[in-house]
Amino acid sequence: MKPFTVRLLAAAALLATPAMLSAHRMWLLPSGTVFSGTDSWVTIDAAVSNDLFFFDHQPLRLDGMKVWQPDGTPGQLQNGATGRYRSVFDVQLDKPGTWKVGTAMSGVMGSFKVDGVEKRVGGRGGPPRPGQPAPLTVADIPANATDVKLTETSSRNEVFLTAGAPTTTVFAPSGKGLEFAPVTHPDELIAGEAAKFRFLIDGKPAAGLKVTVIPGGKRYRNDENAMTLTTGADGVVSVTWPAAGMYWLNATATDAKTTTPRATERRMSYVTTLEVLTP
Amino acid sequence: MRPTTFALLGGVIAAPAGAATVTVTIPKQDVAEYHRPYVAIWLEPAGGGAARTVALWYETKKTGKDAGTKYLADLRAWWRKGGRSMTVPADGISGATRAPGQYSVKLPDGLKPGAYVLTVEAARETGGRELVTLPLTVPNPSARGSGKTELGAVTVSAR
Repeated sequence: MKPFTVRLLAAAALLATPAMLSAHRMWLLPSGTVFSGTDSWVTIDAAVSNDLFFFDHQPLRLDGMKVWQPDGTPGQLQNGATGRYRSVFDVQLDKPGTWKVGTAMSGVMGSFKVDGVEKRVGGRGGPPRPGQPAPLTVADIPANATDVKLTETSSRNEVFLTAGAPTTTVFAPSGKGLEFAPVTHPDELIAGEAAKFRFLIDGKPAAGLKVTVIPGGKRYRNDENAMTLTTGADGVVSVTWPAAGMYWLNATATDAKTTTPRATERRMSYVTTLEVLTP
Repeated sequence: MRPTTFALLGGVIAAPAGAATVTVTIPKQDVAEYHRPYVAIWLEPAGGGAARTVALWYETKKTGKDAGTKYLADLRAWWRKGGRSMTVPADGISGATRAPGQYSVKLPDGLKPGAYVLTVEAARETGGRELVTLPLTVPNPSARGSGKTELGAVTVSAR
């Protein structure tokens, strides 16, 4: 048993850094993105790590993992398993067109004081932990609370897979939070060619958004080789792929357009993994 | 408009571009595990436009779970240029993979005169992938090129 204060500090430190803002990167790694034939399956690794795409830290939980069929309706995740370092699952691409697989999470985190004692709102996500109380929610904030500091968080982590000819239905924005609205189809990326992707916040072009693109295979080179790009007034960023391979793309944004009462800040994150092929 | 269109069509039919032939060489590979390559041959108007598949050689007979069509996307350029929206097998276009040797394929009759780009793409299981691109003009196309690893000589002649 550690002293209570130490445990509290540790817990606070963990909670103060939402997964989406920590140095650790969450990612999905599909076995492929372009499929032909009549019985296509994709298998996907899901993990959280620093170096891309090496599973050496934590698995990404499959609880919130969803499949969107080419017509936008929910699809089926199969053979899911979570190991020490990664989760893995399959999707049978049994309809032609572009599929979307991933998570869309949102929550509220922060703190408040009651009678001088600080309490945290929101957890780190994942399944309930046995023996530990469930994290407090906004509804648990009592009327006499003071020093209420709340931040809304939302994050998307998704990949796109195409069986046969590509389609675009799964790109239809929801109009909520930070979203990816590709101009170049994400399953038509070629080394040496420029791809254009639009980002939207609440359905409107996200101008001046910082976008980071990092190639996989970090263990086999010295430099991170990250490309740091910024969207134009139209919310569009242009990426020229230096080589074929898998790339991790991340964009984050912060604003004050909250919908939760007393929340002052909104943090949004978008992650996708893109496959670039040889010409 | 309609009579003019018909007249133009008539003109094309009356003076066909002629039977042109593309000859592709599949080289012998000195390897322990050899599989015949998948090969796609297609034509694109030089100024841009839809690609037209001339020939597609793949494992047409293999069906079921790991059907021959599963690896068509490995002909990556062809797949992107239109293979993915084509229905296979395609009459007069698709056929079985070929053993090393020289093969002739007729280019389509009645091609509109103009500049084209002919591409031959070969992808071999446990082997490599190669593209040979030849610019040519219709009528009377004549072009010559060669691959280095997966393809040998590729020639186009107006016969």
